[in-house]
Amino acid sequence: MSYIYIVPIELEDHSYLETLERFVSHTFHLRTKRKEFKINLRDAFDPNRVQYNSSLILRQLIMKPPGDAEKILGVLDVDLFIPILTFVFGEAQLKGIGAAVSTHRLHNRFYGLPEDREATTDRLLKEAVHELGHTFGLIHCSQTKCVMNSSTYAENIDQKSAELCPLCQKNIKVEKSDPVNRGFPFSWWGKKR
Amino acid sequence: MKPEEIGILIVDDEASVRDSLYQWFKDDGYRVDTAADAVSALKKLQENPWDIILLDIKMPGMDGIELQKRIKQIDKNIVTIIITAYAAVDTAIQALKDGAFDYVTKPIDPDDLSRLIRNAIEKRRLVTENIQLRQQIEDLLLPDEVVGESPPIKKVMEMVNTVAKTDSTVMILGESGTGKELIARAIHSRSSRRYFPIITINCGAYPEGLLESELFGHEKGAFTGAMYRRRGKLEMADKGTLFLDEIGNISEKMQMDLLRVIETKSFTRLGGDKTIDVDFRVISATNKDLEKAIKEGSFREDLYYRLNVFSIQLPPLRERRADIPLLARYFLSKYAQSMNKSVADFSPQAMEMFTGYDWPGNIREVRNVVERAMVVAQGPQIQVGDISFPFPPPATPSGGESLEEVEKDQIRKILNQTNGNIAQAAEILKISRLTIYNKIEKYHLKR
Repeated sequence: MSYIYIVPIELEDHSYLETLERFVSHTFHLRTKRKEFKINLRDAFDPNRVQYNSSLILRQLIMKPPGDAEKILGVLDVDLFIPILTFVFGEAQLKGIGAAVSTHRLHNRFYGLPEDREATTDRLLKEAVHELGHTFGLIHCSQTKCVMNSSTYAENIDQKSAELCPLCQKNIKVEKSDPVNRGFPFSWWGKKR
Repeated sequence: MKPEEIGILIVDDEASVRDSLYQWFKDDGYRVDTAADAVSALKKLQENPWDIILLDIKMPGMDGIELQKRIKQIDKNIVTIIITAYAAVDTAIQALKDGAFDYVTKPIDPDDLSRLIRNAIEKRRLVTENIQLRQQIEDLLLPDEVVGESPPIKKVMEMVNTVAKTDSTVMILGESGTGKELIARAIHSRSSRRYFPIITINCGAYPEGLLESELFGHEKGAFTGAMYRRRGKLEMADKGTLFLDEIGNISEKMQMDLLRVIETKSFTRLGGDKTIDVDFRVISATNKDLEKAIKEGSFREDLYYRLNVFSIQLPPLRERRADIPLLARYFLSKYAQSMNKSVADFSPQAMEMFTGYDWPGNIREVRNVVERAMVVAQGPQIQVGDISFPFPPPATPSGGESLEEVEKDQIRKILNQTNGNIAQAAEILKISRLTIYNKIEKYHLKR
């Protein structure tokens, strides 16, 4: 049996993780397993930008994948970047095993607004599914409501749903997956969350 | 355009930039590749087509500005976006002057990058669409073919190609039906004005007052019946070509008005006081001897020289007889298509009639005769009996006056009429079949 590993990386608030695990499992029909990996965040820190290079974090995350890992999702709360961009919400290997997502820019407080825990949870679930979707071979979707629609700012994330559109559901490539429940349909598409 | 149909090439010497942009665009589903320097970028350009190229300005060896110039030489429609680590406005401006679509400074805001690429794709789509539409218009603009391979018509086409590239006024001279309008359209469709209209006005078809209003247009109430403001043909021809057919038929006043318009490229509508500027090329045509008209005082010399900067004399069909079969078959295939008839050719006798005729009405007459023959033709070929000429050949034989020539022409004519039936021809000519065979042999006639 293979799992989606949920890996908290120096995450202060773990309270989101239970909902995240349930939601990810439900979406991709795979069981999840929570485990801490040995990741050195300092290696990915860029003092000039005061941000963390997500590609370097991802590299550490997938260095020694457990034998039963179908996918590995790192969850952080630090500010991520890739060298060419000012920031990213997360990063994933297209058709690969690893993905990382950060709550840093998903909090309302980052934008000077009163904190809204429900909004942060919603955004985290969407971004986690989005990045994992890339690992399942999905590219950005032109359907504005599909979770695979590209988001370049927080309001973008709020505008899309947390679900995969029917076409993206169809395009998921699971090579050695062991579904929790093969009979369970991807039926959440279209429901408002 | 679907993302997979769009090719993006990233040229940057920094591996981390290449990798992150590669991943970013891959996630969007684009066809992506990277190059670490200008040399490998140029190699990738030869291997695959690219729609958008992101170029780092500062690279070892050939820099982004220089590489962009090379790219534009290969394909000026590739959209280039310059990436620069410094907000170096002068180099960015230089890149824009050299044809870059836009520039971004590192690191790029994700939203800016998405918007930039969306806009670049839209530009690329518009450029591609524009090229396709131009091609479609070119196809539509191609006038009826100028048919002919004889030396006189080839010379005319050489002149057409030469003058089309210039903006000179052209006067086309030739008998009625020689294809003057076709030549005017050929010039227009080969000129830089081809995306604008060619406006034809038949000067001989309007009484003076009407021609004026037709050309200049009129304001509401300019004359009785002018209930609305109307644009004239001069306005319609703006940026295009004005073709004045039968220019020899215009009145003296009209000649003066026209001269003023051609000289000043401006006019006022009838009943109006606003000067309207126009930009058009004038092509005129006439079957009259204008030099004679000048001597007689009925055509203004100054207008003549304005219109006749370059003149093309169209030969009458009788001076390019070699083209008659080509023209006849050209019209035959056109009418066969439009009338949906399966007439494929002319019988040899019918074609002999065509080539032997003088065609005083020139190409127009060929067209009309073929059209009429196509209406009545029953079989797969047009026969002699299907053909009738509006100006029948003179009764006197055209070959000559000697008894032998008269005899030869008469036998040929009757053979044509009988579709080469010797027995019928012998009966009509009141001679024996044997005599006919002998005469055919003697005069080398075709049956």
